[in-house]
Amino acid sequence: MDLTGLSIHELQGLLRRREVSAAETTRAYLERIAAVDPGVNAYITRTGEKALSGAEAADALLARGEGGALTGIPLALKDIFVTEGVRTTCASKILENYIPPYDGTAVSRLKAEGAVLLGKLNMDEFAMGSSNENSAFGAVRNPWDPARVPGGSSGGSAACVAARLAAGTLGTDTGGSIRQPASHCGVVGLKPTYGRVSRYGVIAYASSLDQVGPLARDVEDAALLLQAVAGHDPLDSTSVDTPVPDYRASFGKGMKGLRVGLPKEYFIEGLDPEVARAVEEAVATCRSLGAEVTEVSLPHTSYAVACYYLVATAEASSNLARYDGVRFGLRVDEGEGLLGMYRASRAAGFGEEVKRRIMLGTYALSSGYYDAYYLKAQKVRTLIRKDFLDAFEKVDLLLTPVAPTAAFGLGEKTSDPLQMYLSDIFTIPVNLAGTCALSLPCGFTGAGLPVGLQMIGRPFGEAELLGAAHAFEQATVWHDRQATL
Amino acid sequence: MKITRAQVEHVATLARLALSEAELETLTGQMDAILGYVDQLGELDTEGIVPTSHAVPMENAFREDRVRPPLGTEKALAAAPASEGGCFRVPRVIE
Repeated sequence: MDLTGLSIHELQGLLRRREVSAAETTRAYLERIAAVDPGVNAYITRTGEKALSGAEAADALLARGEGGALTGIPLALKDIFVTEGVRTTCASKILENYIPPYDGTAVSRLKAEGAVLLGKLNMDEFAMGSSNENSAFGAVRNPWDPARVPGGSSGGSAACVAARLAAGTLGTDTGGSIRQPASHCGVVGLKPTYGRVSRYGVIAYASSLDQVGPLARDVEDAALLLQAVAGHDPLDSTSVDTPVPDYRASFGKGMKGLRVGLPKEYFIEGLDPEVARAVEEAVATCRSLGAEVTEVSLPHTSYAVACYYLVATAEASSNLARYDGVRFGLRVDEGEGLLGMYRASRAAGFGEEVKRRIMLGTYALSSGYYDAYYLKAQKVRTLIRKDFLDAFEKVDLLLTPVAPTAAFGLGEKTSDPLQMYLSDIFTIPVNLAGTCALSLPCGFTGAGLPVGLQMIGRPFGEAELLGAAHAFEQATVWHDRQATL
Repeated sequence: MKITRAQVEHVATLARLALSEAELETLTGQMDAILGYVDQLGELDTEGIVPTSHAVPMENAFREDRVRPPLGTEKALAAAPASEGGCFRVPRVIE
């Protein structure tokens, strides 16, 4: 049996019945990583030894009939999650040698459920990017076509799942950073509602938009991972204190009577015809499952990218002020005094895209421009959020493409930042509105590249969203196809 | 022009970034293009619209004011580029 070919829910049963051991599962993954990852570059840091000792401890628990929901399951984390004693780089030179003194909440919750951690995954530096090409540790290759990007910023997480280099992963999504790479790599990626998962110990990019979520092989695995990490955390005062439901409660209920909206602003010129066709077929599938499909309007959609690149960069410029060469991270002692040290350390440590966003954000917040840019963007954000709340008065779920095209080529968009930003046009509005959404496979292009379908749910409607996604997945075959490596 | 090179230099000072001549040149062009793009927000009438700073409506999040064990000096200093006598060491600030 190829243990790396199993989903988390399949593996759970085998581990509990002691048909396989956690140690042999972990060894199978470590062997596959050693063989396959050099061609993918999903991992920045591998923690094989810790993983093996963790797996042995898991086996001891399982032998006694004990353990949590994820005991013995080998997972990997985007390198944005701080991990005690394990290097955490955020794919930046400025944190190249940073070893955190604590675990973030999502990490400690996974550990409490018994997960085995295989290592830390590549990403765009500080989660800023849509192609994973902005990494100080090299680009990640798409498992479906090594000449193409995996998407970003959680490109390593998505590629890791698609290449079966971990049973599941966690990523973060600020403007589409879970959903867009999930779409490009043919896996399931869920961005929960803002506040559903604690951000404590997640390196901050844009604090009012960042949210933790799973990337997984199927909808059930995504539900299991969300179940493990969701919930209020006193250490993140923006985490929301509402009860965590059973995320598999809506499985098996189908789509009968579900009111599905198609936002007309998402089916526009510039949408690749192959993507459009796959999404249209997915809509037809939902209809055949009993969903009532209507057209809806989210009138401020076209302003979302502009709004995002002011709000996100402003928050980033503030969050990234902490990298000053004093308490952690790279320090370059050049130039005059303290100020010279700050300027030299930041210049040497940050990559091009990070500098660009810090500059934009600093400008948007600077005296004389604050009202025209930052405040204006926050007001437009209100309009975008209201679009979604109005739509959810009429429908239960929105269906859209995840990205305008399938995975693009490495180097194709690196010279034009604005073109790169526009690849997030369908995912960004959801972050601004703060609601939940997921990407799941809904077809392939003629060239064999996966296409994702975005399902957008009501705030805190993850259980209903996952239920609809599960019904779609059960009725289609797309998730069965695997990248050959 | 939405932004001049001199403004870009000023922003770099505010952002504590030492940028090369070539970086300043490239950034001026790119920021100009991006600011030109975001200008479309001006088309929207936002008179009387309350700005959103946080997507989930929330008042203050209170918790009990209880003492918890801190990280401790040793752990807090472990990742510092330079430390001395239980403190972070920085270049001389006051002459």
